[in-house]
Amino acid sequence: MFQTTLRTFARVSNASRFASTLVVAEHAGQKLTGGTLSAITAASKIGGDVTVLVAGSNTADVAKEAAAVQGVKSVLHADAAQFDHAIAEELTSLVVTIQQASSFSHIVAPSSNISKNFLPRVGAALDVAPFTDVLAVVDENTFQRPMYAGNAIATVTSSDTVKLLTVRPTGFEKANATGGSASVTAAPAAPAAGLTSFVSEETSSSDRPDLTSARVVVSGGRGMKSGENFGLLNTLADKLKGAVGASRAAVDAGFVPNELQVGQTGKVVAPELYIAVGISGAIQHLAGMKDSKTIVAINKDAEAPIFQVADYGLVDDLFKVVPELTEKI
Amino acid sequence: MKVLVAVKRVVDYAVKVRVTPTGVDLNNVKMSMNPFCEIAVEESIRLKEKKIATEVVAVSIGPKQSQETLRTALAMGADRGIHIETDLRLDQELQPLAVAKLLAKIVEAEKPDIIVLGKQSIDSDAAQTGGFLAGLLNYPQATFASKLEIADKKALITRETDAGVETLQAPLPLVLTADLRLNQPRYATLPNIMKAKKKPIDTKTVADLGVDVTPRIQTVSVAEPATRKAGITVPDVATLVDKLKNEAGVI
Repeated sequence: MFQTTLRTFARVSNASRFASTLVVAEHAGQKLTGGTLSAITAASKIGGDVTVLVAGSNTADVAKEAAAVQGVKSVLHADAAQFDHAIAEELTSLVVTIQQASSFSHIVAPSSNISKNFLPRVGAALDVAPFTDVLAVVDENTFQRPMYAGNAIATVTSSDTVKLLTVRPTGFEKANATGGSASVTAAPAAPAAGLTSFVSEETSSSDRPDLTSARVVVSGGRGMKSGENFGLLNTLADKLKGAVGASRAAVDAGFVPNELQVGQTGKVVAPELYIAVGISGAIQHLAGMKDSKTIVAINKDAEAPIFQVADYGLVDDLFKVVPELTEKI
Repeated sequence: MKVLVAVKRVVDYAVKVRVTPTGVDLNNVKMSMNPFCEIAVEESIRLKEKKIATEVVAVSIGPKQSQETLRTALAMGADRGIHIETDLRLDQELQPLAVAKLLAKIVEAEKPDIIVLGKQSIDSDAAQTGGFLAGLLNYPQATFASKLEIADKKALITRETDAGVETLQAPLPLVLTADLRLNQPRYATLPNIMKAKKKPIDTKTVADLGVDVTPRIQTVSVAEPATRKAGITVPDVATLVDKLKNEAGVI
């Protein structure tokens, strides 16, 4: 299997001079996301020149930052307010305009709410089916992606002339943020779609690291019993410089906001250390965390399925264990 | 106002699937309506209960058994069903772009004001059909919706983002995909299941609609994910901290 992979990579390096990839960058206003850096790595694995698209008003600094990323050949900058808030119709108009002008062989975006929103619409305009949540690049036409909540890994290919991919950031290292010296040019002007308009947003701000890129994640489930009790996990996470996550049960019970949900329908994380506290380990939750390097489960039910994937399991009352753990670390 | 809701028959969410080299074994496995489609049906029916919608039409594409999925939607409260029959495997061969093209034909014929889908199906996990459909029709799209309000031919949609929620406004007709927290789907009651048997289901074939459904993405192989090596149970916190420090080296 491994040898096959090596052979395939050898083949890529010959064919790749025909590839050219557009990476659609994500940035929370000022800074490229970790997922974008992972997408740039995925684009480099495909081979060929890598162009990064930065869209949104007042994003000159983000474009400059993208130009400095290792492996980036050029940056397209669409500095216009219509691209703020990543409205699917507007981003689609932009990406389709660029594709018509430049005929990239691949268009890549990090798997996220934004890309899953606009990339299928680009697919409709170009009559191409995107590959969702790519975990690995086998060669420039062949990719691996999960199905059935990560319980099956499919190797898939297509003969479409342009390949659209969302790539799972946890599957690729982040590209080096320095060492590149790409040119920045203005993206071609795209017609405004004007179908949907942004009204407002509510985001929760936190000093903790971003859930999807944190080195340590401490997650709580129904066993936490209340939102106040998540304070225990916040303290532990702060001590480990980690992020706090949650199971669907904890979100549905109103303990924590939705954006903390880890799982098939929430975020997918693969930190070095994942501590699951009071989480039973349903298939849908495991889909979001089972690629973590080390998994610790703290649960008083010895039969909980989470213990089947945990490297270290502790069967005890979380209200006793978590404070003790926080103290001893 | 008319609502079109798309529902998919998938392997039940609680089933632990068995992987074979060509795909997932679908023989003798419990099938159900995709959970996100249930939420889509529920939202459609609520629009009718709020007197915003006058008719809810459910559509499903798949083998004969997809009619069971349609009957479930009818038992929940949809008025009639449309079944587009195909023998292609729904998790691998009948793909989102083809589904969206078939649905676009139904939209042309039915002219709904809003098309509601689930955000993703739990078998192929593609999360594409809604976006494709909106793009094909050049309708506005509201994906991952957790709240919907309709007034004066305009929709106000709250959608889940990576950082929180955002609210968008869009004119109708609109394509909406339902996220988990849009609502809590109802159970079909026995009397409603009986009544649903009398509601009409119109059957069409893929050929009737003249859509090319050839798979665009070919599956080379399917494998099980790498299995984790068995872990250990530690007796106390001190041992756990010691293992994390000295064995795993993660703290």
